Amino acid sequence: MTPDLECVDLVKRFGDTTAVNNVSFTVPPGSFFSILGPSGCGKTTIMRMIAGFLDPTSGDIRIKGGSVLDTPPNKRPVNMVFQHLALFPMMTIAENIGYGLRRRGMPKAEIARKVDEALDRIGLPGIGARKTDELSGGQKQRVAIARCMVLEPDVLLLDEPLGALDLKLREHMKVELKALQAAFDTTFVYITHDQSEALVMSDQIAVMSNGQFEQVGRGQDLYYRPETPFVAGFIGESNRWKGRIERVEGDALQLRTDSGLAMRATGAGLVQGARAEIFVRPESIRLAASADALSGFDNQLTGTVTSLLFNGAASRVLVQDDVGETLEVTLPQSGEFSSLQRGDAVHIGWGAGQATCFGAA
Amino acid sequence: MRSQSRITFYLLLTPLVLWLGLLIIIPHIDMLLISLRERISFGVYETSLAQYEKALTEPLYLRTFWRTAVMSVLATALTLMIAFPVSYYIAKMAKGRLQQVLFLLCLIPFYVSELVRTFGWMILLRETGLVSNLLQWVGLADRPIELLYTDATMMVGLVYTSMLFMVVPLVTTLESLDDSVIEAGYDLGGSGLSVLREIIIPHAMPGIVSGCIVVFMLSLGNYLTPTMLGGKDSLWFTEMIYNQFIVRSNWELGAAFGFMLLVLSSVIVWGMLWLTGRTLKETMG
Repeated sequence: MTPDLECVDLVKRFGDTTAVNNVSFTVPPGSFFSILGPSGCGKTTIMRMIAGFLDPTSGDIRIKGGSVLDTPPNKRPVNMVFQHLALFPMMTIAENIGYGLRRRGMPKAEIARKVDEALDRIGLPGIGARKTDELSGGQKQRVAIARCMVLEPDVLLLDEPLGALDLKLREHMKVELKALQAAFDTTFVYITHDQSEALVMSDQIAVMSNGQFEQVGRGQDLYYRPETPFVAGFIGESNRWKGRIERVEGDALQLRTDSGLAMRATGAGLVQGARAEIFVRPESIRLAASADALSGFDNQLTGTVTSLLFNGAASRVLVQDDVGETLEVTLPQSGEFSSLQRGDAVHIGWGAGQATCFGAA
Repeated sequence: MRSQSRITFYLLLTPLVLWLGLLIIIPHIDMLLISLRERISFGVYETSLAQYEKALTEPLYLRTFWRTAVMSVLATALTLMIAFPVSYYIAKMAKGRLQQVLFLLCLIPFYVSELVRTFGWMILLRETGLVSNLLQWVGLADRPIELLYTDATMMVGLVYTSMLFMVVPLVTTLESLDDSVIEAGYDLGGSGLSVLREIIIPHAMPGIVSGCIVVFMLSLGNYLTPTMLGGKDSLWFTEMIYNQFIVRSNWELGAAFGFMLLVLSSVIVWGMLWLTGRTLKETMG
């Protein structure tokens, strides 16, 4: 099957700085593809190149198999939902949604029908006559998507459209966006710096840093099997150390951190004596009152609680071990540790498989 | 507390009331009264509409009146057409320092008095002036050309004088238009022309209307430019008012002319607002 969108060796330079460096990816039809990265990593530049507002320095962009490099933005079969939505304030909602259809010279009656259909689709029937500033944030969001979707684009680009919403609404819109994508059955390319948005909605996520793709894969791949230190550090949270590898048995490693903590971990392609960077997620560390409960874990430590960071389901405990390292450990919400206090002695443990290791300079 | 804030309110209101009352309302009431009287003999006056009758029946007066109106509208339209691309460039395409410099360049001519600026045009355009000499030197003309004293020259002067008053409101409104709204227009299939017509111009409408009102009033009430750059046929209505008051000492007719001009500008400004479907409140506030 021809991919809906294909970028080949895409490069964009602004003067001396390379904003996008040799990026290639394909997006299969009907999928939700996210580009996730910190601000300034070049993700917006990629999106603007796909939309046609920027010309790539080199490389090719293909939509449904055909190159669109020579197609101006107003003729490309892609549409974009802008960061601040960019609804036309001088028009009503119906005029906003009908704008693209009017440009195509569609008869008035048909435009009206399509606009009504689109409003039904986004669950806001009968608001066509209203002005854009009479809508709430979430409603505007849906209108901005409908305005693009009536044109039946091959690819819909979304540039951090949830950024301006408050937390509660953002959570709600995540679910809704995914549902809308399924309803319209269109390829979405979504840009964000918020990993939870990307993880919840996407079929495929590309993690981007410094103009390059670090890893492309499903959310689970990125979370459980990060391929680079950047991905391991960027997706989810981690305790991280630097250390030296003391023994290698296949993928199993024995190593010691710079502070003197001995640890078992996994990592491919590392040799004895090499410097390494180790990542352990707070949620993969088990907290226990006695050492017996941790007998199955490769790494076991005892320590004292130095701080309790309460944050509902995402509450953490800071545990200081014997050599003076502080680890972040997720606090289970099963009630077992509800009486945990600062200064308490605890046992912690994690498996070698949960400690991911990368070669470091 | 309440009476105190009331005193503050009146104190703040006083300059405005004094300014309006002493300089606008009282002189205009007096002008109206003067325009409504007719001199019967030395020192004897009678209330009548004779001045207005004279103004509306004498072909020269009437022709100048309409010419001034039409030319002012034309000057306003020309200024808008030239200032719009300039403002768009300053507001949307120029970035950072260039933007400030361009804006300053629009302002610099106004450091010089209007009289000197108009003399500048005369130096350029007279028979022995720069443009005439240049044309001869290039070989496009074989003898000196007089470029002054035509309607076209006067129009150039009027547009030039009004430029800034159109550029400032336009730049302000265009700057408030989010770039992504323009991009969305293109993204959804709009061509340059349709984006201009459906998105940029509707957004810039308050700036266009207020700029046009200011430029129109300035052109209508301009005295210097039409007098110095315009020819014998380019008589401006303000010149006629001046002539009646100062040269002829015919205050009655001059006052009538003044009132006709006031009514004309009010009607045209109101018409402009009505045509664009805007209220004065929307445009100014």
